Amino acid sequence: MSPRAAWRLEALGFFDVNDYVAGKADWGAAGLPLEGKAAAIQTAADIADRDPPVCQLDEPLELVRARVLAAGWTACVVINEERVVLGLLGRSAITSTDELDIESAMAEGPSTVRPNVPAEKLLERLTRRHLAQAIVTTSDGRLVGVVRAASE
Amino acid sequence: MPTPIDRDHVQQLIANGAQLVEVLPHDEYEEEHLPGAINIPLKELKGERARQLDRDRPVIVYCHDYQ
Repeated sequence: MSPRAAWRLEALGFFDVNDYVAGKADWGAAGLPLEGKAAAIQTAADIADRDPPVCQLDEPLELVRARVLAAGWTACVVINEERVVLGLLGRSAITSTDELDIESAMAEGPSTVRPNVPAEKLLERLTRRHLAQAIVTTSDGRLVGVVRAASE
Repeated sequence: MPTPIDRDHVQQLIANGAQLVEVLPHDEYEEEHLPGAINIPLKELKGERARQLDRDRPVIVYCHDYQ
């Protein structure tokens, strides 16, 4: 729809017309604010812990395990220097004593949700699927935070 | 020719005074819209409504996604 609007504006004599083709779906998925009635609905971004345990691939797993457990968590998000999510060290990887490196221990490509997902739906989904947490990322894969299930 | 732009470019243009126009119907705009956007539904995008816009500043149009 927006390409037609952009062309119409040009036909009406506007010279500098730009088309944000990805639209408000992209804007919301990036965790950027929106206004309007729906803005009052709590989202994944609103309830996410913005400072969850994170680590990078080259860190010693033993140190990461100790740090995560000391912080009261049983999961750690593996990210790169751009905060793009690479994997997840889940409960078994964190509580195990197996001598592995992070790349071997992590689950690669964990499923993620966008920041604008309604919080209520997300929490229901975690309960229904017996999931401990949901990783919240922007549409380009950058970590926003982690939502933990109520029982965690 | 209209210029397709991404999110980063939208933010840059807004910071430089661009006008943001949601072209979806009123009810969808009321539900949620980008901060500072005005609503001119595509069906109403004709001479009179277009005169709300300043021709000397960049205009950004958007809808929901790649529709």
